[in-house]
Amino acid sequence: MEINNNVSVQTSGETAVVYANDYLNKLTGEKIERECRRQLEAGCKTLVVNFAETEIVNSIGVSILLGVIDAASNAGAKIVFSDVNNDTIELFEMLGLTKHVTVS
Amino acid sequence: MAENQQKLIHTFGALAELGSEVSQKQNFQEMMRTSLHLLLGSLAIMRGGIARYSRYGHELNMLVMRGLGDDFPLSLSLCYEDERQFLVNDLYPIEVAQAKVLPFFQIYDQSFEKKRIELLVPLVIRDEIVGVILLGEKANGEAYSGYDKEIICAMARHIGVGIAQRNMMAELERRSDENRKLYDDLRMTYKDTVKAFAAAIDYKDKYTEGHSVRVGKYSEIIAQELGLEESEVEGVAVAGYLHDVGKLTVERNIINAPYRINAKESAELNKHPAVGYEILLPIHHPYTDVPLAAKYHHERLDGRGYPDGLYDKEIPYIAKIVNLADSFDAMTTDRPYKRRRPANEVIEDLQRNAGKQFAPELVTAFCRGMLKEVTGESKDKRFRRLLGREYMEAEGIVPILKNALNGMNATSSLTFVSPD
Repeated sequence: MEINNNVSVQTSGETAVVYANDYLNKLTGEKIERECRRQLEAGCKTLVVNFAETEIVNSIGVSILLGVIDAASNAGAKIVFSDVNNDTIELFEMLGLTKHVTVS
Repeated sequence: MAENQQKLIHTFGALAELGSEVSQKQNFQEMMRTSLHLLLGSLAIMRGGIARYSRYGHELNMLVMRGLGDDFPLSLSLCYEDERQFLVNDLYPIEVAQAKVLPFFQIYDQSFEKKRIELLVPLVIRDEIVGVILLGEKANGEAYSGYDKEIICAMARHIGVGIAQRNMMAELERRSDENRKLYDDLRMTYKDTVKAFAAAIDYKDKYTEGHSVRVGKYSEIIAQELGLEESEVEGVAVAGYLHDVGKLTVERNIINAPYRINAKESAELNKHPAVGYEILLPIHHPYTDVPLAAKYHHERLDGRGYPDGLYDKEIPYIAKIVNLADSFDAMTTDRPYKRRRPANEVIEDLQRNAGKQFAPELVTAFCRGMLKEVTGESKDKRFRRLLGREYMEAEGIVPILKNALNGMNATSSLTFVSPD
């Protein structure tokens, strides 16, 4: 695992795993979006956002994830949200994010 | 029901955060970025932007955007018809698809269609347009519901207030800048007027040409050496420039007499401090005590001065400064009946009269300023310009200045005690 600008990333072939942790819910969460865009520009075809360390996602977090979804869609990459807790899955379903991503 | 409750918690959480964001004093650009995140995230809106309205240019300038791409126009023009409709809508969202009759939506139709902009929210605060919010499609692909629009409306009010506050602050800063410039102009005009007066005073006395200007400058040096504040230094300088204004009423043949004047003439001349005070008193000076400096600049610590024979602490401080500057200039310039005295003699005279005629700490400040210039410690050429290079480079001036400084206790209070 490497750390780019405080964001933990694991890459393997055309897959990149970006760890959302607790940065996501503040303006500093934009660095996660930037890292995702960097991975997509580097040729990543499957972008995994890992929520193992993310307890809740607020509106800022949702907005940042929408930016990631948009970037992945423009790059023709698949996006996966992994290790999402039940409350967050419900939120993503309610808001329609699950229409754009695979939740695992 | 559970979904509705979760939706409420999520959107109201965003609304609460937005309120706190706007009320906190922080970077405006960050506030706008966070506000847009909160708005988009609360209803999962894929893209959007916030623009500020410039009423001077009748245009909307984008402050923050998300998902609109680099080709989206950063500045959008409004015409009167658009503005009127936005004002009517207040904060309620306009559906882009329904508003194509307005020129604004016709002009930017392609950009809006390309980025799938569905709503435009006019930010109207206190009957003024401060900006707009542009919103794209929702992530769930559904149309905006009435509930969504109410939420957007509430959040837009917060964002609008944030922009209005920022505009108000910018306006205040602009006015404050204007006031400062106006004040500087006035101060400059006042200074020029004072200098013109000083020149007029000096013009009357052909033997002491430039005396008032020099006294102003010496007074300024003393005030600077005392470490007074800038405005106080300016006030002292002005007092120096105007100290002899009362001489304007004294007959020219008395002022210009090429001999020691007699008692009658002297009595006439000695009225000039009181006359100067009367002239200066009605003027609203930006600095205090200027009239007092004119009235009492011939008073001495030992009570032997005029017009009132005041002692030591009865004499206003500003008058003591001008008195020293005035006396120094009198000693270092040629008079009709007397040649200028050499620097060594003048400094010894100042030292000798410290505590009698002059306040000791003023003599110390004056000598210190002079010594700093002679030794090169100060790069200013204030004394050189007033006295000439040769005068300042007179042999033995440094030890005499040092001796004068060592011989006086700079921290002593004004020393003279009335013999009464």
